[in-house]
Amino acid sequence: MSVRVQTEDFDLSAETEKLIGGRRDVGAIVTFTGKVRGDDDGREVSTLTLEHYPEMTEAEMARIEQEAMQRWPLQAVLMLHRVGELKAGDNIVLVIAASAHRQAAFEAASFLMDYLKTRAPFWKKETGADGSSTWVEARAEDDDAADRWR
Amino acid sequence: MSADATRRVRLLYFAWVREKIGLATEDVDLPPDVATVEALVAWLKQRGEGYDEAFARPQVVRAALDKVHVKPSAAIGAAREIAFFPPVTGG
Repeated sequence: MSVRVQTEDFDLSAETEKLIGGRRDVGAIVTFTGKVRGDDDGREVSTLTLEHYPEMTEAEMARIEQEAMQRWPLQAVLMLHRVGELKAGDNIVLVIAASAHRQAAFEAASFLMDYLKTRAPFWKKETGADGSSTWVEARAEDDDAADRWR
Repeated sequence: MSADATRRVRLLYFAWVREKIGLATEDVDLPPDVATVEALVAWLKQRGEGYDEAFARPQVVRAALDKVHVKPSAAIGAAREIAFFPPVTGG
């Protein structure tokens, strides 16, 4: 199990290999990559700045992983989130869930992302093409998505 | 420590809460009657314009005690670090 917060980009294949390489008990790997969109509801986004609460971020992500481990038979989990200044097209977040069978891996990956979005202390600030910046607002749909796991 | 003594805690602010207050962190002496997160918010609100603006809609601002999410009614207890921030928007 692992959680990581970093400014550097990540490589999906390398992270998957590092997490699961050589294991013979893993039958299913589901990965999710979140990226910076170039527009947000019609507004052009040139950069996205990710702020977080160091230490609580890692602690909260570890709690989320723990909860996923209790709900599904997972062999390996990775949650990796970038912080700092990102551009449209850049990677933001990577979740990997590995299990013996696909259903647990699919569900766990979905759960990990839903909980990460509603509980891990990260905040996004968008800067538009005109140089103005605004804090991204939390979406009710994200709360609804997390609530379905209760 | 007597029951009516003040207690020093560290406050942390993030995102637009930090911007409105104009500080990322500060150490404050909690008055003895400030026992819950919502009481702390009410106390902070009267410390200045930036605080008042940051907590204008207190139900929107989230809190954590020693890096664990809590509700406004939570008792501060022995927490050393209290953080205030907007609803999270990672992922």
